[in-house]
Order: sequence, then structure tokens, then C-alpha cells
Amino acid sequence: MSQRPDGRSEQIRGSLPDAAPRPDRGEAPIGRSARRVGGLERVTGAQQYAADIGLEGTLHVKQVHLPCARARVLGVDGSAAERLPGVHLVVRAQELPQPVARFGPGYADRPLLAVGETKFHGEPVAVVLAETRAAAEEAARLVHVEYEELPTVLTVAQALDPGSPLVREPELRKPDDPFRETNTLTEWQFGWGDVEAAAADCVIENVYTVAATTHFAIEPHAFMAAPERDGVAVWSSIQHPYVLQRLIAATLGLPLSKVRVHAPDPGGGFGGKQHAKFEPLLAVLAMQTGRPVRLVLTLEETFQNARAPTFEIRVRSGFRDDGTITFQDITVDGLLGAYADIGYRVVSKSSYLACGPYRVPDARIHVRALLSHTPPATALRGFGSPQMSWAFESQLDEAARRLGLDRLDIRLRNLARRGEEIVRGSGDTHCDGDWAQAVHKAAEWIGWGQPLPEGHGRGLALGIKSSATTGASYAIVRLLHDGSVTVLAGTSDMGQGARTVLAQIAGQELGVPVEGVNVVMGDTSAAPYDMQTSASRSTVFMGTAVLNSCREIKAKLRAMAAQAYDLLEDQVDVGSGLIRLPGREVGFVELMAEAFGPMLGEIIGTGERRGAYRAGHPLGGNAAFYEFCCTASEVSVDRETGEVTLHRHATVSDVGKALNPRHVHSQDEGAAMMGLGQTLMEQLIFDEASGRILNLGALDYRIPTTKDVPLEMESLLVENEDGPGPYGAKGTGESGLLSTAPAVASAVWDATGAVIRDLPLTPERIWKVLAEPERERPQ
Amino acid sequence: MPANVLAVGLVVNGRRHELEVSVGQTLLDALRDELGLTGSKECCAEGECGACTLLIDGQAVNSCLVLAVEADGRQIATIEGLADGDRLSPIQDAFLAQGAVQCGFCIPGMVMSAHYLLSHTPQPSAAEIREGLSGNLCRCGGYNQICSAVAAVASGEAALEHEE
Repeated sequence: MSQRPDGRSEQIRGSLPDAAPRPDRGEAPIGRSARRVGGLERVTGAQQYAADIGLEGTLHVKQVHLPCARARVLGVDGSAAERLPGVHLVVRAQELPQPVARFGPGYADRPLLAVGETKFHGEPVAVVLAETRAAAEEAARLVHVEYEELPTVLTVAQALDPGSPLVREPELRKPDDPFRETNTLTEWQFGWGDVEAAAADCVIENVYTVAATTHFAIEPHAFMAAPERDGVAVWSSIQHPYVLQRLIAATLGLPLSKVRVHAPDPGGGFGGKQHAKFEPLLAVLAMQTGRPVRLVLTLEETFQNARAPTFEIRVRSGFRDDGTITFQDITVDGLLGAYADIGYRVVSKSSYLACGPYRVPDARIHVRALLSHTPPATALRGFGSPQMSWAFESQLDEAARRLGLDRLDIRLRNLARRGEEIVRGSGDTHCDGDWAQAVHKAAEWIGWGQPLPEGHGRGLALGIKSSATTGASYAIVRLLHDGSVTVLAGTSDMGQGARTVLAQIAGQELGVPVEGVNVVMGDTSAAPYDMQTSASRSTVFMGTAVLNSCREIKAKLRAMAAQAYDLLEDQVDVGSGLIRLPGREVGFVELMAEAFGPMLGEIIGTGERRGAYRAGHPLGGNAAFYEFCCTASEVSVDRETGEVTLHRHATVSDVGKALNPRHVHSQDEGAAMMGLGQTLMEQLIFDEASGRILNLGALDYRIPTTKDVPLEMESLLVENEDGPGPYGAKGTGESGLLSTAPAVASAVWDATGAVIRDLPLTPERIWKVLAEPERERPQ
Repeated sequence: MPANVLAVGLVVNGRRHELEVSVGQTLLDALRDELGLTGSKECCAEGECGACTLLIDGQAVNSCLVLAVEADGRQIATIEGLADGDRLSPIQDAFLAQGAVQCGFCIPGMVMSAHYLLSHTPQPSAAEIREGLSGNLCRCGGYNQICSAVAAVASGEAALEHEE
């Protein structure tokens, strides 16, 4: 097979097995860094993202919003806008089917357009539909809105204050909702043992805060919808096309089979593209106008529609003198936006592991999800776990300082060992890795205990995340009669490389080079159901579904060979691409030619992986695996400016088995870069009165550039092939940012003595602490 | 022709296109919406992210900040024109070989910035590569792989396959 200049193989022709990689010759795709499937399209500009797709006769949609978070809408006058050439229509809430539909992944609370009152800065009060984007934009500026600004709830304290206005109208709640007249959406209580009775030599209590950050995928959200025969087609840069399909079907009253969601590979997701934003509105507009409609958000609008929750975490921890944790008493307040989105689950799921990867005899975790007049909070890489790590790891540093212990030793002393129950009495997944290996590896890399250059400090921190719990992934694999393979999988490839790894798995099992596998994704009419692309679940869940599909194909080949050659099935051994018969081998293609004859055919395998639902489990089911990471960092701090220089930074992730090592390292380093942004510079800033976001856009919301990369950076792995996924893989992709912040903050303390409990660690914040006169540098 | 519309000739990847653009239309929009060249991407629309980077007369620009009428008659090079048929440019090939591509949305702009950097600094230092690409944001965080790809092109190693 010849190589093209781009390194991809020529189109597969004729019989494949001769050229197929042979696992027994060390040529298996698994464990090798296959080039990214779809990479060629991405370096040539040919890759079509949602906004690159055009439809004939499209109406362009532009939103109309207000310069404040909360306002009573007194009137919307679109007459001037509608007089503009090319403007088709101005749609206000009252022009939508009544009552205005509401949607959301858990709570159907978000209206298609603001009804009577806007609740966050950027919530649209109307949309303009026009023949061109320019006309839509100009017309949106001409829509006159009469409104009265109203007081806002923007902080945890305000949300808990009984005197504050209510974000959610009580009539939208159930009559027996105990939080009906409050800004608490809901609350949870986790824990075990008896915290009140727990003894301790030393009790430490602190409050840790984490600012709201936004995803800032480089691709802003883009949506289209068009009537399609007796149904509707929707295009979206979405991570969860099947969740969206269900939601559109519910909004329009259509069966699922009449709703087709096209989900072109997102240009970065990071959780921000998990759940619907304006697709339901567009679907309604497409049905109302009978035409395709299109809305591409600006980056500013993208910020206004997706952010991580703000966290305030109060931790009271008990320790024995030797550093052993005796109890954790934790209150987590997660400040969501005006609508629940999936933010409530971010808060509950992360808090469930608020004690971290440690042995904790007694624990009490009280969790509240609070509503505010800010953009809906949603998933963001790590799903709240980095915020928990910020609290429990910073507490361990504090304990080490108080008790005169080494920061590494106190972690190793308390770290759970394989098989130990982390969430005691829960029946949930026990510690599923040799986590200390990762800690030792990170400590060795950073030179723990070795002398440091003057002014430098180092830190080390652990992070854990509960992976996907319930949910199902289905795959269909087709072995075509020329030996090439088509995989149908509903996963979204948003940069993590799902196409590549699924092609590697099929290639491994069926003896086909990665280039001979076509992975079809992004179309709910083509690929079977996949619950979602999140929680680093795809390699484990969809990977297993693909693996099982391939194994079903092999079983069919075995039966087929036995019949074709008049053998017993026991006499047939199906390998990767080759079938061993008594005394000879035949290729898959040869067998299919023999068995199918001139009428041809193909062999179809189906596979699935379902996470069992556990009634009564607070998360709905056990973790399929834990993502575990140890981060180590070495920094210096400019005392005049408070600026941090990252000299060395490493992540060590326990991944089970890296099916594509380059992709795993890329994800871990990328996660670390995102973590460093959240640690050092990123925060959405809200005007204290109006709730307006003051730093919308790339100029004012800074994320790391090439110049912010640590001077030396490394991604290291622990691979014990002990994961539940194919070939012992665990999921990864989030682990690299789980413990960035506490590792860097620990290094900042080591370098300067400054203890900071609020993220981000901006230069101003560090400088202020360093400028305080009473500072003592612990040993 | 309406008052706010002008006829321009854009020479894109060596091919001349005659079109009518509104005076306020950016070069990025003209390429994407009028010529169907969607390789250049729009993200921040204020010249901060670099996703729309292309070359005008050999100079890297943020095409979201350039009006189409300003580009009248000038040579425009976009990501679509870098490969010679099936033959990728060394930079494109190095990006693939080094695993510099993740979601890929920043990559067209990143490749064009790298192209510009190497056109005037064929042997950049590591610091010069970081500086040269600092106007292009990548949220997947593949900066190390991206910088390695550029370094590999500069050192002539780009043709090598880097497998782990």
C-alpha cells in the first residue's frame, strides 16, 4: 500500500488482509499513536464545522438582548427593524406558540425567549430573521425594547439571603417543593460515619472559592434548523446529539424518528456544548417559516450562554498529629445561573467526592445548588471536580503546615489503596487503581525534597473524578465485502480523537489499518443511540460497544467458515483479519467471497455497553472508573508584580492503557493548559448592580497563549491495564486539570509563603497578600 | 449598484474573483460567504484569537479586521491554497506528524501564522516560535505540539514520521 505525501494510505482496493497489520507481528493499531482521523481535513481547511455548512434559502437569525441581567420587559417594538430591506420577521415571545416552551436536560425551565423578564445578561427578548446576516444584525439594533431594570442576585450570599428577589417564579416549581420561596434549586446530603463524634488533634476550617469561568472553545456555537419532509432537521455544534434529538422532539411534539440531528465535529466542546442552547428556538422558527434558519453566536454570546458554576466550599477537617484525616465536614454552595441546565449535577456529582481520593472515616457533605441572575452554569471539563480538589488539597497543605509535616507524606498517608471504599457504605466503585504510583512518579519528576533554585517553590496535588455512571452506548460495525470496515457510532469527536481511537479498536479486532476504517458519526439518523459525549466516557463506553460489535462479527465469521468449509466451529479460529482452519489460513475477504458468492454481502455486528441504573444511588449509578491525576509544579513569583512564572509542570494520569499515546498526552497537556488558565487568569466578572458581564470577549477574558506554556511541561502516564474499557483502558481527557490549581498554589506558597484560598491566583491577588506586613514563612 | 456596494477583484490563492461587496463587509466574510472559502474561521471577530489569519501580499493579517474593499487587487493566501493538489505543505504535514491538531478549529489560522513566521524567520528560536504564534489561541492547548511542528519544519525534520 503506497503512502501519500500526507502519510495517509492510498484508498483501500481489493483484498485487504495481505496488507493488514498483524497483531502477532507487533503491528497492532492499539497502543500506537495513529495519526488523527480527520487531521488532513483540519490542516487543509476542508473540515466542515457547523458554521461552514450552508443551506439554500436560509434565513439568518440575530438575537436582541439587553445591557443588564434582570429586567421587566415592558414592550418590544420591531416595526423599524421589519421595514429594513431583507428583513423577514421579528419574533417576540408572544409570537411563539403559547405557552412558550421551556427546556433543559433535567429541569424544563429555560424559555425559548425571555417571557416577561430577562434573568441573565444576554438572554434574548426577541430575534430578527433576515435574508442576510448583515441585514439581521442591522435590524436587531433597530428593535426597540422598553424595559425596567430590576435588582439582581449575583453571589452565594445574595442567593441565600431571604430578602433577595427570587430568580425562579414559585409558580414554575412544584407546589410541594420545599425551596419554592427561596433561591435554592435543590440540595443534597452525602456522608458516612459520625462527624460530631469524630476525634481530632487538630481541626482546620477554611472557605475556598472558585470564580466562574467559561469554556472559550475557539468555535462559537452554531445552529441551523430546517423543515424536512414531515419532520425537522437540526444542525448543531453539540456534544450530545441524542439528548438534543429528544428535546426537539418534545418541543415540537414529533416522534424521535422525525427529528434528525446533524452534529458536525465540534471545534472544541469542553462541556459547554453538551446541552441545547438555541436549537429548540430554531426548530420552532424553521417550522413557523417553512425555511432553513441559522444562528451563529458571537464569542460574546457564547460566553453568555455557557459557564462553570461558581463555588464556595467551606471545609472543616480533623487530623491526628501524624496527619491522618479523621473527618471531613464540608458545605458546598454551587452558584448556578438563572436556569438549571446541567449545572445542578455538576455541583452534586463533584461534591459526592468532596473528600477526594482519601481514606476518610467520617464525612458530612452538605450541598446546595443556588440560582442567580447569571448565565446558566453548565458542565466544564472536570465537572466540578477541580473545584473540589482546590478545597481538599489546599486543606491538606494547611494541615501539613500546622502539623509540621511534609506535603507529600500527608497525602500518601491518607491516600486510598486499591480496593478500598472511598465513599463508605455506598456500594459504589472502590479505589480502582494503584494511585500511589502516580504520586511517586510526579514527586520524582519534580524532584521532591531536592534543593530548589533561589526564589522557586514546588507543589504537588491530587485530583479525582467520578467517571460516567449510568448511560448506554450502541455501535454498529459493518465488515464490507472488500474487507474494509464502517463503524457507526454516535459519539462526538470534538478534538479528543474519538474517531481515531474507535477506528483503532475496529482495526485491531478486524485486522484492518486505521485508514481502512470509516467512522460515521454526527447524524442521529445514521448512527445508533449514544447517551452522550462527556465524562471521558467514550473510549470505555463506545469503545466497548465497538469492540463487542467486532467480536460479534468474528463469531459470525466463525460460523460462516464452519459452514463454508464443512468444519466444526471448534476447528475455526478467527484472528485479526485471518481465519485459521486446520492446515491453512483464509482471509476475511476470501471467506466472504466463498460464502456470499457473486451476489456479495456484508457482515454486521452490533454491540453495546450500558451502565446499570441503581435506584437510590445519589448519582444514579456507580462510577465506571475513576480518573485520577497527580500534578506537580515548580514556580517562581515576581514579588513586585505578583506574577507567577511556571518553570516546570507535569501531570501523571492513571489511564489504564493509552490506546493512542499521543492523543492521551495531547489531552493531558491541553487539560493542564486549561487548568493553568483557570488557576492564574480566568474569571467572568459581573457588574455588581446590573449583573452585566464586564469582560465579554477575547480581549478582556484572557486564556493561555503559547507564551503561557510552562518552560518545561510533561504528561506522564500510569498504565496498569486495569480499566473497564477495551484492552484495560480507563477514560482520560479531564485528569490533566483536576489538580492544577492546588499544585500551583502550593508551589506559590512554597516560593513566597503566601496562602491564597480564592481562585484565580491573579497577580493582583498574590501581590496583595505579599504586601501584607504580617507574613510568616512556615518551614 | 447600491451606494454601499463596491466591485472588487480579490486574487485568492492565485485565482482572481470579481465580486460585489458591501463597504462594511470584512475580508473574512467575503471569503466565507461570497466565495465559499470556509477554511478561515471566525471566533472573536476582534483580532485577538487569530482563527481568521491569512496572508495579504505575504503579510499575516486577521481577516476579521480587514475590509474586503481594502483587499481589492491584492494577493490573498488562505489555508485552502497551501497544499499543491494532494501534496501538503511542509507545515501542514508537520502539524499532522507532530499531533498538533486536536479539534482543529484554530489550525487554519495557526498554520497561516506559522507560514508567515517561517517566511521571514526561517530558523526561529523556541522563543521566536512562541512569540510568532502568540496571537493564535488554541483552547485544546496543543501549543507544545504546534511549536514542535514549526520547529521541525525549520530544522528540516518535518518529513519524518514521529510515532511513539
